[in-house]
Amino acid sequence: MATGNELLGGVLAKRPVAATGLMSWLTTIDHKRIGILYGTTAFIFFIVGGLEAFLMRLQLSSPNAGVVSPEVYNQMFTMHGTTMIFLVVMPMGAAFFNYMIPLMIGARDVAFPRLNAFSYWTFLFGALLLNFSFLAGGAPNVGWFAYAPLTSTTFSSGHGVDYWVLGLQVLGISSLAAAFNFIVTIVNMRAPGMSMMRLPVFVWMTLIVSFLLVLAFPVLTVAITLLLFDRLFGTTFFEVAAGANPLIWQHFFWAFGHPEVYILILPAMGIVSEILPVFSRKPLFGYTVVVFSGVLIGFMGWGVWSHHMFTVGLGPVANSAFALITMLIAVPTGIKIFNWMATMWGGSIRFTTPMLFAIGFIAMFVIGGLSGVMHAVAPSDTQQSDTYFIVAHLHYVLFGGSVLGLFAGIYYWWPKITGKMLNELLGKVQFWLFFVGFNVTFFPMHFLGMDGMPRRIYTYTSEQGWEFWNAISTAGVLFIGLSLFVFIQNLIHTRRHGEMAGDDPWDGRTLEWSISSPPPHYNFAKIPNVGARDDFWGQKYSEDSEGRAVRIVQGGSKGKAEEEGHNIHMPTPSYYPVLLAAGICMIASGFLSHLAVTFIGGILSVISIYAWALEPATVSNSNDDERGS
Amino acid sequence: MALAVFVIVIGALLYLVIRFREKKEWKMPVQVHGNRKLEIAWTVVPALLLIALAVMTVQTLFELRNPESNNPLRIEIIAHQWWFEVVYPEFNITSANEINVPVGRDVSVKLDSSDVIHSFAVPKLMGKMDIIPNHTNTTWFRADEPGVFFGQCAEFCGIAHALMKFRVVARPQEDFQDWITNQQAPARASSGAAAEGAMVFNSKGCIVCHTVNGPDTNAMRESRNQAFMGGQKLTHGPNLTHFATRSSFAGALVENNEENLKEWLRDPEKVKPGNRMARLAAAFNDPNFSLTETDILALTTYLQGLE
Repeated sequence: MATGNELLGGVLAKRPVAATGLMSWLTTIDHKRIGILYGTTAFIFFIVGGLEAFLMRLQLSSPNAGVVSPEVYNQMFTMHGTTMIFLVVMPMGAAFFNYMIPLMIGARDVAFPRLNAFSYWTFLFGALLLNFSFLAGGAPNVGWFAYAPLTSTTFSSGHGVDYWVLGLQVLGISSLAAAFNFIVTIVNMRAPGMSMMRLPVFVWMTLIVSFLLVLAFPVLTVAITLLLFDRLFGTTFFEVAAGANPLIWQHFFWAFGHPEVYILILPAMGIVSEILPVFSRKPLFGYTVVVFSGVLIGFMGWGVWSHHMFTVGLGPVANSAFALITMLIAVPTGIKIFNWMATMWGGSIRFTTPMLFAIGFIAMFVIGGLSGVMHAVAPSDTQQSDTYFIVAHLHYVLFGGSVLGLFAGIYYWWPKITGKMLNELLGKVQFWLFFVGFNVTFFPMHFLGMDGMPRRIYTYTSEQGWEFWNAISTAGVLFIGLSLFVFIQNLIHTRRHGEMAGDDPWDGRTLEWSISSPPPHYNFAKIPNVGARDDFWGQKYSEDSEGRAVRIVQGGSKGKAEEEGHNIHMPTPSYYPVLLAAGICMIASGFLSHLAVTFIGGILSVISIYAWALEPATVSNSNDDERGS
Repeated sequence: MALAVFVIVIGALLYLVIRFREKKEWKMPVQVHGNRKLEIAWTVVPALLLIALAVMTVQTLFELRNPESNNPLRIEIIAHQWWFEVVYPEFNITSANEINVPVGRDVSVKLDSSDVIHSFAVPKLMGKMDIIPNHTNTTWFRADEPGVFFGQCAEFCGIAHALMKFRVVARPQEDFQDWITNQQAPARASSGAAAEGAMVFNSKGCIVCHTVNGPDTNAMRESRNQAFMGGQKLTHGPNLTHFATRSSFAGALVENNEENLKEWLRDPEKVKPGNRMARLAAAFNDPNFSLTETDILALTTYLQGLE
């Protein structure tokens, strides 16, 4: 039977062979490279989203400031939210899933390496499509939550909303593909002996997040498809003139949107669960409960969505039900905090930069969690809802929580990824600038909310009494900006002068620290046999009669790291992930430009899918061993 | 309670990081994996606290659902981009942006929207309630003290969302009665300069969107709304019959005085960017209908006479 290679012949049949340079990055299917791509892109969008916020804060720093027009302001808050959620926190989490999951479970790559690459490229193209709106008549300006009927063509006549919809469709494909990949990887590709209850907590959180993605994104997909049909083809799912009840959009959106926030926080919780034990020199307290509470949060997160709708008039029965479940979910969330603190109790705490960020995460998440419980009290939420009190809460959990957790991960895993240590002094300076700036910016928002300042307003008058805290809040942004500047300095400085990390600079507990930094392209020369949770630690230490860890005198375990990986066949790079991603993006963007683009994109996609399916995953190639990672 | 939890948890965290920081002569800690009793305790205690909170929450939700009195004053709010129409069905009064109520009496509020989702938020008097087209909501409040209470739309509703405000004016009972009587009276006839303003009002097209001869009817509202939705250059605007009795205008954005009125009539887009009058009214879009300074002076006199 003719293989796809023969059928397609010529250029399409050859696999990419470049080991360095642009082409090698475009065609890579190595999870480590893909992780770096995700992380770099997410960081760039962090700056973009941050600038959008900066413009907003500048505009709000004084009453009737004329910094930006309301039209621009409305685009800023829409894009800031959409960017930070979909283009920063999620992909930064994906960066760590990509890089670390195979290493932590003792695998050489993910289950579907080409699908993995495809997820990244689809993410990038979706992000670019969304941001292209700035150049094409205006970015979406209806809020990241895009409530109907404001999003109908009657009230939003430009193309901004269409870019939002189509960008999110493409991004959704990316997330779904990645989620499937990670579920299969974690379930199927664990090293021998790595039972589920021996998995690092970060891996568990990734698994839960992946299930949440698989179940939540289709809800968003349906909702935005209905909206797109209303806008492009004249259907009336959300058209009030035709009798539609716009609440149906809210139910759809928040049924997606609430699980989405757990998608945003669980990875950071996973990272913190890895870091605290290492820098307390003690295992995670209550591993089983921490894992189980993550699973519980994943489940219960589906039942709380209308706590975003306490003011829409659902009635006391519905409001009570959602209030109750929301309070209930505070229990597994709160437990994690206690488990983390108990991990530190009795430990020997080293205040390295990752540890500072992890401790900062705990403190900020407690504040965000407490204001969250306040929102759960539905009657008082009718005062808090749609005010800056909510803005304070969401930033404490997403910025003080997720972002701090992700930065902790960056500092923690940077040595493994690059082989060099980030500078500790610069790291600490960055942390403190960030921490102070963050609190100065967002704590006053609690007061503004209690003073009645609504959300999503581009200005206010001097009689309203909100100037003082707004000015303070804007001042905090300077610290945040400075801290990022310091961070970038750290990156630049370390590139040249960074201290070599070695395999295990932190005295880590999990498998990724048992291989070189950076890892060889095949990760493990020999797939490890796992005997217990924190197996790597267990190989370094045993316990004395008191339960204190005692160093095992090194015998053979380092010796085997010397073994070169010969004849390890790694999956072969491919052109089709990036091509298919481009095809999908063209299908989407054709709706906004010309249907010919959709048609061509469709053809490109179909060809790519067939070529991908027909090419073998791995081609025997003498280049295997020499290929750089 | 939140503050107490905060102090306890953060206090504990601070204690931990100080007490267990790595010292020069550090010892490898005991590798504790967990403690069942402790974990049960710190699950049960928060759960109990939350149960207490939950009971209070549900009780309050049901208590607050209906007005306490069985004879509240009924008003209807119809939200528009970007102003609040206020209707007193029992008294056949239509007003805009200022909600006059008697002190000490429950007020039942019916909420409808003629376009997108808005929100009725007057924090000093009540928790907010959203105003959703095709989904009528009812809420209620009671002003226990006389005074002016500021409200603002609290659901993003488009370009002028930040400028969509309203005021609740709570008057002692007799004051309120007088106010009702005045509002029910027919529009004041105008004379002299005001009469000229009345002519400008008609000839330059203001009358197309703004009613000045009494309350608005549903039919009038419907027809103007349909026209707007159909793309015509008109919409349902605030009823101006007793405009001079209001302390503010333009969606309670600016004080109702002569200078502000003139500014508004010269360039409404500048005062309230995005507003429909600036975008639709012939007076600001059609050179045949534009307002001269004389027109503006006349209109101002006329409007200030609409008591």
